[in-house]
Amino acid sequence: MNLTLRIWRQAGPDTPGSMTTYQVGGISPDMSFLEMLDTLNEELILRGDAPVAFDHDCREGICGACGMVINGRAHGPERTTTCQLHMRHFEDGDTIDVEPWRAAAFPVVKDLVVDRSAFDRIIGAGGYITAPTGSAPDAHATPVPKEAADTAFEHAECIGCGACVAACPNGSAMLFTSAKVVHLNVLPQGGPERASRVMNMVEAMDAEGFGGCTNTGECATACPKGIPLPSIAAMNREYLRSSLRGGR
Amino acid sequence: MTTVPTVDAMTTASRTARHPSTLATLWRSTVGKKAVMAVSGLAMLLYLVAHMLGNLKVFFGPDDINGYAAWLRTIGQPFLGHEWFLWIARVGLLAAVVLHGVAAFQLSRRDLAARPSKYAHQRRRASYATRTMRWGGVILALFIVWHILDLTTLTVNPAAEHGRPYQNIVASFGNWYSCVIYIVAMLAVGLHVRHGFWSAAQTLGANNARRDRLLKLTANGLALLLTAGFLSVPVAVMTGVVK
Ligand code: HEM
Ligand code: FES
Repeated sequence: MNLTLRIWRQAGPDTPGSMTTYQVGGISPDMSFLEMLDTLNEELILRGDAPVAFDHDCREGICGACGMVINGRAHGPERTTTCQLHMRHFEDGDTIDVEPWRAAAFPVVKDLVVDRSAFDRIIGAGGYITAPTGSAPDAHATPVPKEAADTAFEHAECIGCGACVAACPNGSAMLFTSAKVVHLNVLPQGGPERASRVMNMVEAMDAEGFGGCTNTGECATACPKGIPLPSIAAMNREYLRSSLRGGR
Repeated sequence: MTTVPTVDAMTTASRTARHPSTLATLWRSTVGKKAVMAVSGLAMLLYLVAHMLGNLKVFFGPDDINGYAAWLRTIGQPFLGHEWFLWIARVGLLAAVVLHGVAAFQLSRRDLAARPSKYAHQRRRASYATRTMRWGGVILALFIVWHILDLTTLTVNPAAEHGRPYQNIVASFGNWYSCVIYIVAMLAVGLHVRHGFWSAAQTLGANNARRDRLLKLTANGLALLLTAGFLSVPVAVMTGVVK
């Protein structure tokens, strides 16, 4: 396949960037989108140009590092991560636009790389449980109802890639935060910090400069892990419950 | 990992020391402010349903609706004085409009700031109702002012007969521009409620995967009912059914 790529190039956090056009040939439909970018980068290096910087790690859809906006969609046309997106979903001769996540809370570091550490700080505000360390607890020492286990698992699938923020017209992190809050708040292990968790995580989310939710639903459509939109309602319920009971 | 709870214990301690009130905490957070929007919006929605049903009395003739208007002023008597109930409702509605508008303004500003740069590759996003909440809301705010000047204070009403809403309604809709204003505003109400009702359920945590469809259907039904009910009056005057 031969492709025209329009890629956001930006040398550093404080330098202005622009969309730059590249031609790339010899692309196999079986390549992943990242392998296609690798091919381009090899050519750029041979030419003596700076390669396109992009984040990636596992390349198997579980680490959440590889976010980029492809043709206006977070992670591109398929509901998966960019590393798991294959070139067979494009046509020979296509022009493809590739841009970094856009949000005030995710500043561009270079080219397609953004700083997502705001997510880490939200997790640090409550995305954990307090448990005695040391010997492993007995299996089934704490019974977990089946429905709670299913809900927790569904939300634990969030890989923190940031597609929800990138897709949201308000750069909101509500879907991410709700995945983390709901995951732990439905479990007995998360019980002791149920109120403080949601209060502190929402406060951290607001402090990072993410926007609010207008229930547009773009986040859930973009989520490669299928975190559902009603999760935000579940987090709102936890938040209102906690604050009306006097919080934390 | 071991350091994380320690850090949190410190921040929690300083937070509890400050003791912000529940209402202040709610108003300061995006989630809480949105809840204020949802509750004020639902209060206005409840009022709109009652208002729309009351308007339909115009189809039963001048005595019916004028009598209804007079009765509204006697609600709660003798416990309340003449028009007291009406004034209590007006104060409540004013509070709802102001809270709703201020929250909408503050949240919108924050939302726009949170997404400062646009994507070069633009796609159409979300439904028409969802995309028009902000401008639709502004249209509604302007309409509320016009509507009060037209049929409450009668400042801009061609008939301006106190205590005779039937005559005032027929006179108002005798003007083509008045009809245009009402029709546009009522379409805006329908769109606003279509997204707003479901959105409020989501904001207040009442939605879940099983209820989602039912809530969306209810929102569409309410929107249609309100728009059709409100629009029936100007349409009836324009077509001569009510005169
Ligand atoms: C003063 C004029 C008004 C303005 C400026 C305004 C603006 C807005 C805005 C910007 C939103 C948020 C939209 C979103 O999050 O996507 C909203 C939501 C809403 N509006 Fe209004 N609106 C106005 C009047 C009304 C009226 C008259 C009603 C009564 C039916 C109403 C009912 C609602 C409801 C129920 C919501 C949903 C709240 C939520 O998302 O949780 N609004 N409004
Ligand atoms: S590189 Fe890990 S999810 Fe794509």
